[in-house]
Amino acid sequence: MTRAGRQTPSRGGRQIGPAAPTPVAASSPGEPSPDAPPTFTSLDPRSGRVVTPGPAVALAGSDGVRRSCLGVCTGRWEWGRVRIIPVGLSALLVELSDPAYVPALVAELERRRAGGELSEVDDVVPGETTVLIDGLADPGDLAHRLAAWRPESVRLPDGPLVEVPVRYDGADLAEVARHWRVPEEEVGRIHSAPEYRVAFCGFVPGFGYLTGLPRRYHLPRRPVPRTRVPAGAVAVGGGYAGIYPRESPGGWHLIGSTDLVLFDPERDPVALLTPGTRVRFRVMR
Amino acid sequence: MSGRYLEVVRPGALSTVQDLGRPGHAHLGVPRSGALDLPAHRLANRLVGNPPEAATIETTVTGAAVRLAQAGTVAVTGAWARVTVDGRPASWSAPVSVPAGACVEIGAATRGLRSYLAVSGGIAVPPVLGSRSTDLLSGLGPAPLAAGDRLPLGAVAGPPAPVDVAPTRILPEEVALRVLLGPRDDWFTAEASEILATGRYVVSTASNRIGIRLEGPALPRRVTAELRSEGVVLGAVQVPAAGTPVIFLADHPTVGGYPVIGVVHPEDLPQAAQAAPGTPVRFVLWAGARSGRSVRRAAP
Repeated sequence: MTRAGRQTPSRGGRQIGPAAPTPVAASSPGEPSPDAPPTFTSLDPRSGRVVTPGPAVALAGSDGVRRSCLGVCTGRWEWGRVRIIPVGLSALLVELSDPAYVPALVAELERRRAGGELSEVDDVVPGETTVLIDGLADPGDLAHRLAAWRPESVRLPDGPLVEVPVRYDGADLAEVARHWRVPEEEVGRIHSAPEYRVAFCGFVPGFGYLTGLPRRYHLPRRPVPRTRVPAGAVAVGGGYAGIYPRESPGGWHLIGSTDLVLFDPERDPVALLTPGTRVRFRVMR
Repeated sequence: MSGRYLEVVRPGALSTVQDLGRPGHAHLGVPRSGALDLPAHRLANRLVGNPPEAATIETTVTGAAVRLAQAGTVAVTGAWARVTVDGRPASWSAPVSVPAGACVEIGAATRGLRSYLAVSGGIAVPPVLGSRSTDLLSGLGPAPLAAGDRLPLGAVAGPPAPVDVAPTRILPEEVALRVLLGPRDDWFTAEASEILATGRYVVSTASNRIGIRLEGPALPRRVTAELRSEGVVLGAVQVPAAGTPVIFLADHPTVGGYPVIGVVHPEDLPQAAQAAPGTPVRFVLWAGARSGRSVRRAAP
């Protein structure tokens, strides 16, 4: 994973290096004390740059010395490196080193929520490589606890399995077949072969981003999105597969359609595809 | 259902039913929605004796008019506007007794954008996922109001507040918003936060309940890679490809693929939501001290 933004995150001109293997928080003199009252920051007289410490979170190394941290905390779990980034006054964004850890962290958070921890949390929102925890009264406190967590090795919860019957009759079938270098009739067989998993939801209610399509079948989104994609359209885009729950604009390649109702606020559960759900497509003739 | 209802006479530019929204479903892609000016919504409810979670009508720019089938108490808060009952002037931001069959009219906003009309008993349309709010991004909740719509009212919960005029906040001509940098301020150049702090922005006409689009200087990116989609919060200042920021309001999408340079202080969001197109906006970079608790770093 080589994303430039991940390697040398700087806040307010100061660099926080990637996670060091030792439990020491980098610190420099002149930083605002975490106990200082709220301050309006402006120009740093030396560099001429705007100094924006961001919400300060105190860090204590294993030596017990407290050091202020400019917002971002890093830690090391058995899974690898984790960055905990404050978002506003009441949320944390937990950035993981691999998308595969996202469902594991969500499961860990849900387990703790079910056990009475994190009772104030409104939303736990998985993203591609992140988990947003929103509605926190004291994000600094949770950052503290998260950094001290020892989550076990990745143990993916076995989500429910949803079978999706599909007519492979999408408007972009020929184009996708050309990209995949297969005959059109093969697209359905290839698309319906793997078991998918809902990595995260978004875009519109009930839209799940499904992972599981082999890398050689990944293809970029359409250069110009459609203004109207019908409800039930089965599509692929980027590294994902997905199903449009209702009529909406959309930039993915349409390969088929399903009659399954993915989201219905009158139904329980309202959404068929929730993070962690396993999905199999079945060819309908 | 009490059988009480009101009828929409004039819906105005955009009037919707709003309450405290439906947080808790973001992982399904469901926006939180809810009244954009929550203090004004709560105040309107308090004035007519409703609990804060009762639904009100949120109007936009041009107000609205409704007719009460039965006598009741109403209150109008939020954007400054002329209030009349059957054509006679009535108090703004105060409980007003309305006889059966009378028409309550909220005039065009003279300052601010969104007025809130509370009616004793609250608007009692059926809730969807725990909320009666209209969500313009995903289409959940009741459709925006149209002339002739009949909205059921709930049972009256308590007496109106014993005040003549409630204290309200001033709606400024220029909006200053405190912003807390992050989570992706490190995706922008060092100059970007300077531009954000000193730049003169103006609310664009393309703004809506999903977000406030701003016109003004672009914020240069340092990292040009595509951001992996991640969860976004209310008040997020997202910077799409064009570089001019968007402030996310209650109907915002739950995940986004553009970096969020900062988040507007929650106390400043109501005045952001009241900023009409053309209103100057500036950002004040804000660093609030945390609780100061120590964080133990995870051992390797």
